[in-house]
Amino acid sequence: MLHIVNKSPLDRNSLDTCLATAQGGSLLLIEDGVYAATNDNAAAGKLKQAMGQLKVYALKPDLEARGMADRVLDGVNLVDYGGFVDLVTEHATCQSWL
Amino acid sequence: MSEGQIKKFMYVNRKAPHGTIYALESLEVVLIAAAFDQDVSLAFLDDGVYQLKKGWNTKGIEVKSFQPTYRALDDYDINKLYVEKEALEARGLTEDDMCVPVEVLSRTEIGKLMETQDIVLSF
Repeated sequence: MLHIVNKSPLDRNSLDTCLATAQGGSLLLIEDGVYAATNDNAAAGKLKQAMGQLKVYALKPDLEARGMADRVLDGVNLVDYGGFVDLVTEHATCQSWL
Repeated sequence: MSEGQIKKFMYVNRKAPHGTIYALESLEVVLIAAAFDQDVSLAFLDDGVYQLKKGWNTKGIEVKSFQPTYRALDDYDINKLYVEKEALEARGLTEDDMCVPVEVLSRTEIGKLMETQDIVLSF
């Protein structure tokens, strides 16, 4: 399934709960969730670790809006809005960790 | 507030810029207060430090960038901007990443400054 996180990892526990719950599939980071996918963020370590069992994506327009597009964590796949739609259609189910 | 009396105002910003409306609302209120010639300082804690991360390109999310407004604050004699050291470190940011001149202070130091204020507004 597709997991979507839109909250900053240092402000809310959405990413933590998602990573603790998810049993494979894909994770898409959007809005303030994209901060987790940036170099040297305190949450970057657990995201790296999760890459072993989750394919991680981040919405590029949200990274650009925050001035963070030039410091994306290795292994994170960037998508645009079209890619977002593709991910939703490719997965049978979708959980938004609001 | 009586005329001619200058009070110390601190605006405390703790939210990232686009995910909620807090950052923009704070800026709006700061600009209003600037018209009253008060002693204004801005503190950026936690995700609030992201408000000053330079290089926003908001074209893709189709909202107007309000980053230029931070750079205009100096024109309103608002130049006391304090940024939390620990918050920068937890986010892989440095003073060089900030879009305006700031003073980097520890949490404790910002806490002490808070104690010296007449009015504290939280965002």
